[in-house]
Parts: sequence; structure tokens; C-alpha cells
Amino acid sequence: MQQEMAYDAQGQPHPVVDFHDDYGGAKLGFWVFLMTEAMMFGTLFLLFAIYFYRHTESYVASSGHLDVWLGGTNTVILLVSTYTMGLSTMMLRRGRVRAAVLLVGATALMALIFLGIKAVEWNMEISRGIYPGSGVLDALDRGEILFFGLYFVMTGLHGLHVIAGVALMSWVLLLIRSGGIRPEHTIVMKNVTLYWDFVHLVWIILFPLFYMIGV
Amino acid sequence: MPSFYHETHTLFGHLRNPVLQWIFSIDHKRIGLMYMVLMFTLFFLAVGAALTMRAELFAPGAQFLEPQTYNELFTFHGVTMIFLFIVPGIPATLGNFLLPLMLGAHDVSFPRLNLISFWFYVLGVILGISSLVTGQGFADTGWTFYAPYSIRTDAHVLSTLSAAFILGLSSILTGLNFIVTIHRLRAPGMGFFKMPLFIWGLYATAWIQVLATPVVGITLLLVILERTLGIGIFDPTKGGDPVLFEHLFWIYSHPAVYLMILPGFGIVSEVLPAFTRRTIFGYHAIAISSASIAGIGYLVWGHHMYTSGMSDIARVIFSFLTFLVAVPTGVKIFDWVATMYKGSIVLATPMLWILGSIINFTVGGLTGLTLGAIGPDIHLHDTYYVVAHFHYTILGGVIFMFIGGLHYWYPKITGKLYDEGLARIAFGLAFVGFNMLWFPMFLAGFFGNPRRYFDYLPDFTVYHQISGVGALLIASGLLLIVYTFYRGLRSGRDAGPNPWNATTLEWHIPSPPPLENFPKIPYVDFEPYEYEAGEPLVQFDENFRRIR
Repeated sequence: MQQEMAYDAQGQPHPVVDFHDDYGGAKLGFWVFLMTEAMMFGTLFLLFAIYFYRHTESYVASSGHLDVWLGGTNTVILLVSTYTMGLSTMMLRRGRVRAAVLLVGATALMALIFLGIKAVEWNMEISRGIYPGSGVLDALDRGEILFFGLYFVMTGLHGLHVIAGVALMSWVLLLIRSGGIRPEHTIVMKNVTLYWDFVHLVWIILFPLFYMIGV
Repeated sequence: MPSFYHETHTLFGHLRNPVLQWIFSIDHKRIGLMYMVLMFTLFFLAVGAALTMRAELFAPGAQFLEPQTYNELFTFHGVTMIFLFIVPGIPATLGNFLLPLMLGAHDVSFPRLNLISFWFYVLGVILGISSLVTGQGFADTGWTFYAPYSIRTDAHVLSTLSAAFILGLSSILTGLNFIVTIHRLRAPGMGFFKMPLFIWGLYATAWIQVLATPVVGITLLLVILERTLGIGIFDPTKGGDPVLFEHLFWIYSHPAVYLMILPGFGIVSEVLPAFTRRTIFGYHAIAISSASIAGIGYLVWGHHMYTSGMSDIARVIFSFLTFLVAVPTGVKIFDWVATMYKGSIVLATPMLWILGSIINFTVGGLTGLTLGAIGPDIHLHDTYYVVAHFHYTILGGVIFMFIGGLHYWYPKITGKLYDEGLARIAFGLAFVGFNMLWFPMFLAGFFGNPRRYFDYLPDFTVYHQISGVGALLIASGLLLIVYTFYRGLRSGRDAGPNPWNATTLEWHIPSPPPLENFPKIPYVDFEPYEYEAGEPLVQFDENFRRIR
């Protein structure tokens, strides 16, 4: 498309930014979206902090029930997956499309492994009878009820974000295939990478809060 | 030149069917109009609920409603008015229509996202309204959904909560779109301080939408999980804290009050220069005060909770911060008065609504100060005084400004003029009716009539009866506006591009605007409101090169 110009009183042309293919706009829009995500998770972290302050001892006790090793493995997997995702964008911009595709695929695979481990963990808790509203949990101390309530809400919400991430990565792969993402047109790719960075960042905060305070 | 009514872009290329052309249109003007039709339908539904309540309250004792029905009615009225109408109202309707026009842009930054937020809105409406017809009745919690009642009640709260959540999402997406549009698509030469003040209002609003709505979204989601799974976060029997719900709810909902009024303030700042034929006084002060109201608005939520159990220090701090909001608001009001001073005021209908709104809003704002102070608030909390106060600010302020804006931009949107005489009568009815409706409530509340009750002591009868008559007057005024607009559409004279001699960019293009707004984007190196001898100073030729 031809670049549209606006002319000032002296007849000088000034380029007009159009809403089609506005790289800066797409980037800004995504950052603003991430702010809303940060506000949402921030609210939950605030709730965590308040109840932690009120029930420190039972928080520490319930944290001890969680499996640090499984959570730790998941943390490592997410850290590596952010690395591969970032690398894939870099590869794409250098024109190495095939490497980029492989790296996105690897990231998606790691995200799925993360979800699998998460499912094992949830399953462990649930088989002990600990899930929101269960009789076993409601018989426990109030701090523990709140701890596990927040645990399931926050890891669940994070898990939903991971699932969304896998969906986005599959979409990215489709777009690369159909030419919607090219080495000279990477904005979608960059935004998905940013999103994945955010998802991993949330986990980096979640992990010590839920798993480490009881160690 | 064919207008946007004749041609459009849709999500799926060129569609033949005119109905589908509207439903799938990604043109910001059509999306704005779709919002407008839907929102005003809902507005009149909520007005109907209010009139029913007024009829019930016309005399003490039970007339024709069950107490439970009454609870559902005021919840329906509140939820519809707040979540479906007034919070998204001005940005989604006039904002969508005008933002790109005033910026000198072809559309908003993300036209498809714009349509998607409209669909989210429709989904929210369907979810919200559905509980009216699917057994169990509407939610009976009031629009605030206070825990633990909202966790325990048998009424149909889940769908209303989910509706509010989805509407929040829609509102966030609109805000995001506006922020990016304002940052990226201003016409060349238009710096931030050359933007029209309506845009400044929308900009401040958009940031509140983006930063506050997620908080209430997750809070409502927690209540949903509380009801379905019993997680215990707000449930006192499980150690949860219902006061925390109030904190989180008002962290959003108090900024949301400014989210409602800031675009309204923007409309005032557009209408005043046009009908006083002079530049606005204190442009920078008005622009910056919008931003500071948005900022301070975050810090005042605690004044809703003086009686909920807070430390005295917290109460004093919140009281002080609440008074602080009056400063930028006062700056605006004084700037508007200074704009009118020695101006040649044209008392056309939009100007009448704006003047009325300034009067009402001042009453609402000043009574807000008595509520912001701790002592009086303890006495007045949850009485009709509070109800009168927020109706003075929201109905008398925001909706009056909104209707003023509708009259002001009516010629731009439709290309026609409405009947001035009818429109003035409608304003008169609404203004007198409004004050008759709500002023007695200040007295009733002051003397101790609690709000939200289905019945009252016989001592308060006179206030409720005056209110009832006022309610009929304002309702007939509103209906007359609808008729006036309808008649204007059918048989109004052609408006021409600029019937009010206004200066901002949207008045330099034909009415109604063509599909992509501007055939050529203009270069904007002038202030938004410049007049010379009662005429707009800046003029363009048909190629949008400046002539003057």
C-alpha cells in the first residue's frame, strides 16, 4: 500500500500512521494487555499476602505438603521453555524459519509436559481428599483452607494461561506455514513470546510462595 | 460522497445482506451506533424498573410488589444501569463514533478487536438478562454483590456475576483499543496538547478501564468459585474475610465512578466552546485535571467502608484523599465558568443540557463532600441521602452530559437536524422532573430513611410522593427526546457539515461521515478550539489543505 501523506501549510509532506500493519501499535496494545494480566494476578498475590500475614503458621505447614521436587522440575521446564521461545523469535528474524518452527514446537511440548506434571500434583492433593469444598479440607485449620483455596485458584488460573499459550503457539505454527508470520513480519510472534515470558514470570513468583515457604 | 451508511467493511469481506453488513461491520461508526441502540434499549428497561419501584414506594406499606421482587428489581436496575449502560456507555457509543474522527484517523487501531468487544458486550447482556426468564429470579444482592450474602443467597447470582465479568472484558478491550489509537493514530502534527478535550476524557477513562477492571474481574470470579466450589476466600465460616471483598470491589468501583464521569466532562469541554464561540479557558488545566482525577480516583475507595470496620487512621486518610479529588474537579468547573464569562452564549439544546448537568453535578459533588467526611457519613450511610447524591452525579451529571452530547453530535451522526422546540421542552421536563425526583431524597435520607428498603415509615410519605411525580416528569422528558430524534431522522432538515460552527476535526467532514472518515488526513498544527469573530479560525479545502 502506498504511504499516505498529510501536507502542512508550507506544503511539506508528513507520513500518516495507518491502522493497517502498525507495528508500534500492535506492540503497545500487547503491553497494555499484559498490564491487565498483571493487575489480575496482582490482586491474587495481594490476597495471598494478606492471608499469609494472618495465618503464617498454617501457611508454612500446608506448604510443606506440596512436592517441592515436582514444582521445582516444572520451574526449570518453564525457564528453559522461555529460552527456546525467545530463541525462536530471534531465529525467525534472522530468516532461519525451520529452526524457528522447531523451537516453537519444543516450547509447546515443554508447556504440555508442565501441564502433565501439574496434573500429577493436583491429583496427589485430590487423592488425599484436599480440594476446595471437600470434607477433609474443611476440617482443617482456617489458614490451611485459605492456602489450598488460593493454591487451586492461582495454579489453576496459571494453568489456563499455559493452555492458552499452547493454543497460541499452535496458531503461530499455522501462521508461519501460511506466510502470516515471515522474517520481515514478526509482530504476532513477538507478542506471543512476550505472553509466554509473562506466564513464566507469574510461575516464578508462584513457585516460592506456594512451595518454598514450608521447606 | 456516499456515507458510512451506504458502504462498509466487514469481518468477512463484502456481504450483500444489509443486516449482516451491520452485525459484522468493523467500521467504528457502525459499531458505535450498534452499541447505542442496544444500550438505550437497556437504559429504558432499567428506567422501567425504577418507575415500578417508585410506584411501589408512592405510599407506605405494600402496594403490588413482593419484598423479594423489590430486591430483584433494584438489583436489576443497578446492574443494568451501572454495568450495561453508564460504565461502558459514553466510550462505547460516542467514543467509538468520534474518537477516530476527532483524531484525524481512518479507524481505531484494532477494528476487529472493536467488533469483538461489541460481541462480548452482547454476550454479557444475554447472560445478564437471561436470569430474568430462567427461573429462580434475578439476583437480589444489589449491584455490589457484597459477600457473604452473594455467596449464600438462593437467587440467580451466577449468571449475573459471569455477565459482569464478561462486560468487564469488553470494557478492557475498548479501553486498550482507545489507548493505542490515541498514541498511534493522531493526525500528523497533533501533539497530545492539541487533542480535543473529549479525547483527553476518553484517554483518562481508558487507563482506568485497563488498570481497574481486572481487579473487579478476578474478584467476581472468586465469588463465582466461592459459590460453585466453596474455596473460602470471602467466606467467614472458612476463615475468609468479606471485608476484603469490599476492598477489592471498591478498588475498581470507585475509579469506575470517574470512569463514568470523565468522558462526560470531555463532552462538556466540547460543547462549551462551540456555544460560547470562544476558545476554552485553561485547556491544559482541564486536560491535566482529567488525568489527575483518574489517578487520585484510585486512592479513595475506602470512603465506601467507613462503617464496615476500618481503623480510625485509615478512615482519616481515606477521607482526606477523597477531599483531594474535589481539587481537579473544581479546576474543571471553574474553567468552564470562565469559558462562559463574557462569551456570547447560544442557548441551543446541547448547551442547555450541559448547563443543567453542571448545576446538577455541582449539587452532587458538594453533597459528596459531606459523605466523604467521616462524621456525617456515619449518620448518612445507606440512607436515601446517598442515593440522592449518586443520582445527582450519575443521572444529573453523566447522563445529562451524555444526552447533551447526543444532541450536539446528532447532526454529525445522522446528517439531519432535530426540532429545537421539542428538544427544549424535553430538556425542561427532564430538568424539573430530575430535581423534583431527587432533591426530596436528600431530606428523606437526612431525616433517616434507609435505602434499599421495600417500605418506609409514614413520616416520609411526602418526600416519596414528590419524587414519584418527578419520576413521571423526567420519564416523559426522556420519551420526548426519543420522539424528537425519531422525527428528526424522518423529516429533519439537512444539517450540513458544521451546523454549530464548531472547530474540531469531525466538523470539517460531511455529515454523516464517509466510510474512511477523511479522504485525505489533515495536518494539525493548531489548537482545537480557536475562534475569530464567532467563526472557526481554521478552515480546510476539500483536499484537507489549510485555507485559513
